[in-house]
Amino acid sequence: MLRFIARRLGISVLILFLASIVMYLLTINSGDPLEDLYGQTGANRQNLIDARVDRLNLDEPWYTRYGIWLAGVSKCFVLACDLGENRSGLSVNTLVISSASSSLRLVTVATVIAIVIGVTVGVVSAIRQYTGFDYAVTFMAFLFFSLPVFWAAVLLKQYGAIRFNNWIADPGISPVITIVLALGIGLLASLIAGGDLQRRLLAFGITAGLLAVVLFYFNAVDWWSRPALGIALIVVLSLAALGLLLMLTVGLRNRQVIYSGLATVGVGIVSYFITAPIMEDPSWTLLLILAAISVSVGAVVGTVVGGYERRTAITISVGTALAFGFFVFVDRMLINWSGYLDAVGRPISTIGSSSPLFSGNFYGETWDWVTQLILPSTVLILISLASYSRYTRSSMLETTQQDYMRTAKSKGLSDRVINTKHALRNALIPITTIVAFDFASLIGGAVITETVFGWSGMGALFKTALDTTDPNPMMGFFLVTATAAVLMNMLADIAYASLDPRIRR
Amino acid sequence: MTDNQRPDQDKADLPGSGKEELSPVMGQADPGSPQVDTESEFSVEKQLDFTEKSYSQGQLVRRRFFRHRGAMVSLLVLLGVIVLAYSSIGVGPLPGWWDKSYLDTAPVVDGGAPTLQLWPPSLGEHPFGQETTGKDYFALTMRGTQQSLLVAFSVGIGSTIIGVAVGAAAGFYRGWIEAILMRMTDLFIVIPLLILAAVIAKSLGGGIWGMAFVLSILVWTGLARLVRGEVLSLREREFVTAAEAIGTGSVRIIFKHILPNAIGTIIVSATLTIATAILLETALSFIGYGINPPDSSLGQLISTYQTAFLTRPWLFWWPGLTILAIAFSVNFLGDGLRDAFDPRQNRSAD
Repeated sequence: MLRFIARRLGISVLILFLASIVMYLLTINSGDPLEDLYGQTGANRQNLIDARVDRLNLDEPWYTRYGIWLAGVSKCFVLACDLGENRSGLSVNTLVISSASSSLRLVTVATVIAIVIGVTVGVVSAIRQYTGFDYAVTFMAFLFFSLPVFWAAVLLKQYGAIRFNNWIADPGISPVITIVLALGIGLLASLIAGGDLQRRLLAFGITAGLLAVVLFYFNAVDWWSRPALGIALIVVLSLAALGLLLMLTVGLRNRQVIYSGLATVGVGIVSYFITAPIMEDPSWTLLLILAAISVSVGAVVGTVVGGYERRTAITISVGTALAFGFFVFVDRMLINWSGYLDAVGRPISTIGSSSPLFSGNFYGETWDWVTQLILPSTVLILISLASYSRYTRSSMLETTQQDYMRTAKSKGLSDRVINTKHALRNALIPITTIVAFDFASLIGGAVITETVFGWSGMGALFKTALDTTDPNPMMGFFLVTATAAVLMNMLADIAYASLDPRIRR
Repeated sequence: MTDNQRPDQDKADLPGSGKEELSPVMGQADPGSPQVDTESEFSVEKQLDFTEKSYSQGQLVRRRFFRHRGAMVSLLVLLGVIVLAYSSIGVGPLPGWWDKSYLDTAPVVDGGAPTLQLWPPSLGEHPFGQETTGKDYFALTMRGTQQSLLVAFSVGIGSTIIGVAVGAAAGFYRGWIEAILMRMTDLFIVIPLLILAAVIAKSLGGGIWGMAFVLSILVWTGLARLVRGEVLSLREREFVTAAEAIGTGSVRIIFKHILPNAIGTIIVSATLTIATAILLETALSFIGYGINPPDSSLGQLISTYQTAFLTRPWLFWWPGLTILAIAFSVNFLGDGLRDAFDPRQNRSAD
């Protein structure tokens, strides 16, 4: 496995190097870096031109200039990157650092959510092939696939942001909308549930009824402006997560594993009250430490309770512990929502990647970038959702037609085991190759989306660099996005290798 | 799909039926099984059903395609958009039926609101409204559509030619062509297509032919990889070996024996390339590296008037919906073609 990763890394570095030469050549030939100075009429015109020629080394051949840039970048190996200066003398390091974090956050969040939702939707529509749900998903996928990124972005910015801000100023859902929502989601649930009429009616009734009750309750207690989960809902959600994990792995037959998961939830409830003081205003480091602690707690619980099924029990317990921790975090975030709302007023801004002059506690700061992130990442998610769900669906259908699936069915395995163990695992293999390409196109999409939403992120860096034919910031942009793409590709490769043992050579 | 649903396959009858063919000699029943003493049972030839009409490969594909309702609707929409765009304001010296030009300004009437009415149906003076300086927005949108369609179809044709040539050569000869093709694909993982296109388009300096050229030399890699895969499997087949054995040259083998068998993949992929191209072109024009004013493109129209969304939304809706309609119908068309060429992926088992 390690050798496989090392070899992939070597190839990636080589590709990065070649691509950087291509990018450098294309950039310096894309225009004239002195263009804006030719129009100058002042006496210092020649001086300005000389100064810029000197700063950008324009009197040197391209390979010397590229060499200078590469020498600066190669210092990254001793953790002292020097990406050079842009044409007005600003350090590209500072430019990249100030713009990279928001853009990378956007692209990563969009990729992760798109993969999770896309694969889920794809699997469900493959299992429920030729049903209303499948046709609806297919239609939506084609629609999103054909959606121009920039158009969807402008639409969401002008409609979504303003509508939501108006709504949150005086929140509440009218009874009519509650009923429509409940009926709609209930219908969706009945379509997903499939099977005979009784099963579908049951799914419809339970979902619609539950949703209607929850929405009426939320309205009554004005949940929208003062949201929270509370320990009860955290436990319910964690149990749901446990159920999902069990469904994907061993099912409900195995008592030992279920006890292990339930014990983890129990430990979680205790630690919820223990960690309450430090969760008031934590930091990312603290949260990471807490996450690490929950992983080890999950592992310990799994080992102690798991018995003969120790390995599975550990997996389930760690998953449950992480889910519990995540819901505690969400609960804290929601509790701090009203404070953030009071400080900002109209939460979803349509310009920039953070509210100017805003400062709050940890949760306030997090809310600030979450609210800025929602719309742009929705645009990107919609667009890559289409390809993920389509690829998963066709890959899943391809797998279910295999002979070993018929064997599995004929020896009497349940649908759950067949779909999760035999089909899903094999169907996911081709998906990992899509991730690499999709990530690259998401970066392209992010450039457009950031332009629409007026972020001063990587998109702005790229546009300015291209407009002024300035190679150093352009290469800074390239370096960050390409490294991110290579890392994503690596992750996909590792996932590939862990799914398909034949790859690990 | 199970085997018994496939009418095209010969299959052994169930054991004990007396018709099972267990004998190693073709067409003879197993002597141990009960013998049925009729003439037809011993016939070597399979009984053909002449009541049903038989179809050639091309006819089958065409029938499946014309039966695909989504693809037919898409084809109608696409043809409608094309005819509307080219007939309304005319092409080059040929005048169209719409009397206003996309370059002439006029006094803005009623804030430039669209005069299109659904009932009673009437176009009015400015069906899509007027933009800021009073230009007729219908004419502008039609001009943009013409340009975008022209770019998209040129890219479809151009990149298909490059992609088929490179893909076939890479699959058939392997060697350095294949290595270059695979490395180019790797390049697109590292540098996004849009970024590369923007940089090259800027150095070429806009214009629709420049745009078509840039996109053609960039988007062919996907098609080339698909064609390579097809060729790799086809070149191992017996008919290629047979052709080689009688001394057929490699170029003739590629064009006469291999590519006709890969035509389905090529057509489907070319269609989907057109959708990609129109989205890329409009996106590039939107961020300012595509088609520049005074000429208009759908992406550039949206870019120019995106700030007018709240006051005059029609300036935003018409070009956007046109892009969506074109890309949507082309994608659905591609899907219909895929179903038609590849019966394994067919929706209904007909």
